[in-house]
Amino acid sequence: LVGLSLLPKPAAAQMEPATAAAIRKIIGERTPEEGRVQLRLPPIAENGNTVPLTVTVESPMTAADHVKAVHVFADKNPTPDVATFRFSPAMGRAQADTRIRLGQTQDVIAVAEMSDGKLYISRAEVKVTIGGCGG
Amino acid sequence: MAAPIGQPRVRLPAQIKAGEVIEIRTLISHIMETGQRRNQEGQIIPRDIIKSFTCTFEGQPVFSMDLHPAISANPYIAFPFKAERAGNLEMVWTNDAGEQRKLTQAVRLAE
Amino acid sequence: GAHGPARGQTRPTQADLLRFDAVGQVTLVHVTDLHAQLVPMYFREATTNVGVGEARGVVPHLTGRALLDHYRIPVGSPMAHALAYVDFDRLARAYGPMGGLDRIVTLIKAIRAERPGNTLVLDGGDTLQGSWTALQTKGGDMVEALKALTADATTGHWEFTYGADRVKELVAAMSCAFLAGNVQDTEWNEDVFDHTKMFERGGVKVAVIGQAFPYTPIANPRWMIPDWAFGIKEDKLRERVQAARDDGAQLVVLLSHNGFDVDRKLAGRVEGIDVILTAHTHDALPEALRVGNTLLVASGCHGKFISRLDLRVEDGRVVGHRHALIPVFADAITPDAETTALVQRLRAPYAADLARVVGHTETTLWRRGNLNGTMDDVILAALMEGQDAEIALSPAFRWGYALLANSDITAEDVWAHTAMTYPAVWRQRMTGAQIKTILEDVADNLYNPDPYYQQGGDMVRVGGIGWTLDVAAPAGRRISDLTLLRTGRPIEATREYTVAGWASVAEGVQGPPVWEVLMAHLAKGPVRPVPHEHLRLRGA
Ligand SMILES: [Mn+2]
Ligand SMILES: [Mn+2]
Repeated sequence: LVGLSLLPKPAAAQMEPATAAAIRKIIGERTPEEGRVQLRLPPIAENGNTVPLTVTVESPMTAADHVKAVHVFADKNPTPDVATFRFSPAMGRAQADTRIRLGQTQDVIAVAEMSDGKLYISRAEVKVTIGGCGG
Repeated sequence: MAAPIGQPRVRLPAQIKAGEVIEIRTLISHIMETGQRRNQEGQIIPRDIIKSFTCTFEGQPVFSMDLHPAISANPYIAFPFKAERAGNLEMVWTNDAGEQRKLTQAVRLAE
Repeated sequence: GAHGPARGQTRPTQADLLRFDAVGQVTLVHVTDLHAQLVPMYFREATTNVGVGEARGVVPHLTGRALLDHYRIPVGSPMAHALAYVDFDRLARAYGPMGGLDRIVTLIKAIRAERPGNTLVLDGGDTLQGSWTALQTKGGDMVEALKALTADATTGHWEFTYGADRVKELVAAMSCAFLAGNVQDTEWNEDVFDHTKMFERGGVKVAVIGQAFPYTPIANPRWMIPDWAFGIKEDKLRERVQAARDDGAQLVVLLSHNGFDVDRKLAGRVEGIDVILTAHTHDALPEALRVGNTLLVASGCHGKFISRLDLRVEDGRVVGHRHALIPVFADAITPDAETTALVQRLRAPYAADLARVVGHTETTLWRRGNLNGTMDDVILAALMEGQDAEIALSPAFRWGYALLANSDITAEDVWAHTAMTYPAVWRQRMTGAQIKTILEDVADNLYNPDPYYQQGGDMVRVGGIGWTLDVAAPAGRRISDLTLLRTGRPIEATREYTVAGWASVAEGVQGPPVWEVLMAHLAKGPVRPVPHEHLRLRGA
């Protein structure tokens, strides 16, 4: 996993080269920081074909200080791109919800771009299991 | 031929107060063919997805989304909106072939 | 442990079991994981209950002597017998069977009589499934049982295996609230059931929030409830707790079916819950466990115990409490006559079927614990024999009571371990690599160090294979040394093996119900003790 030094640890840890390339395509050589962007996904997917995903970003969402976009990637999907959400101050709050496909157990990664050009990154692991059994 | 796009649906809270941040929830029926599956003859089924969604309020951008094949069939999209005044939300879904579905939703404020 | 050998066991009396110095304004009575058990039975607790991560070596992952020493419970005492497998058969014969709906009702009536206007009876779910009568009535008999218990609220897990339409009918017929705040529809993400019910007890406003088993669509067939999504959903729970407080709740109770370790983690992350009544993992704890400002109560299963928790509430805070885990020793308790009649009425249409003797056992049969119990070994042998398979896999259900050595096995006993809505036995060819993948996947659902990544079940029961399980290893590397017992040779990744199993979560599996396969096996001769040293456990 060469050339991932642009990503802070642990975000760079064990990321697929295709995912790193997809992220670099969007943010260039800039380095994101950890924090502010939050991913909410179930720890274990009930159905890998439709996994609920919520992204939120801490932001006042004013004209002077808001989130411009959040890019979401699935590290071990056939192609890592999942979605880009473009935000505006008219939203009042920085959040978006959708449902995604995950072929296997993997990390989902979110990169947020702020109006001042700062970048934030976070990741969340989702387990995709064969299931069965229970108490 | 592109897969059919269903009638889009949207839900807003029943009562909206001026200045309140509400949640706008949307659904549209679509197969979201990934372009990675094969048919029984072993040929790749071409990609055919809803690739973008936009929402404006009285012509001003509110929220938009680029969708990739990893978005589930029948895309569900929800986002907040600060309802400062009454007016119309316009939402547009676009598929790979450039076909669009539009929906206009009035925002009315409670007294 | 300084405990000497047991001698001269004294049977408890009903008065002993009910003795309690009331505290405060509110009395919570918790009963859970009844698994449709209407009559007294024997229940042997686990030999092995491995905790991982922060749960390693702490309750409820202590068993046997270690558990008794931890709580300073004298070996051989009634409570020791109820909580630990130590000297199980002998003490079971000394103290008699446990549970029984009519005995539980006697206890609840006595508590309600002592504390009228203060008592809330809360059922933790897994109530409507686990017996032949419940299967035949699709849970209907247990709706009547919930009424007899005077339950004020319940929640669900195995209830959902009757399918969405039947669940709606059952909930509509219930005399109590069915609360499941973490179940939303898969289309608009809206609540399917009520999430909270407000009660007033002893002048205190009590909010009870229900949490169904978060991993129901993974552990059980999702196709039976295709339009409902579950999950732990901490954020939704925080909203519910805040809404309850805003609505004036002075006491907030989570009626949870999360499983103990999930609830312990959740208690440290979601503020404002005073009490979590835990369920699903079938643990019984003789003391309430405090995590921050939250009390966790664990009340066992099959009606073997009920918990009583008295609470003094001032200014919206619990300022005092007293707790008792009450073992339901059936012979010590005068059955409630009305409930005895109800149980007889519910069982009458099936009485002849239930009583039919289908086998005999020379050894104690039980199914509880992380690893194979002896009843699992019998089921596995039946699957391998009946399906002519080299290997068998049997799901790690925690329900099913114990049979004492040298007793007849009735059809009811078989059904107590098998009665469910997807009982088909399957047989298929699997490569060694596939078998290892399945074992690794199930092992991670059990031994992932983060409880939110666990399903709270036990390790899938495996027959025909010798293997090593390292619970401390990372995902994908816990299973090793797989050996086919028939030949003594290592399992080869690319070779195919014949594997039999039951209770697949896939739709449309064809095959005889597992109870038929098990009864056919039992008809061939008595069950004899089988030493099973095929599994080497490491890292525990
Ligand atoms: Mn249970
Ligand atoms: Mn359960």
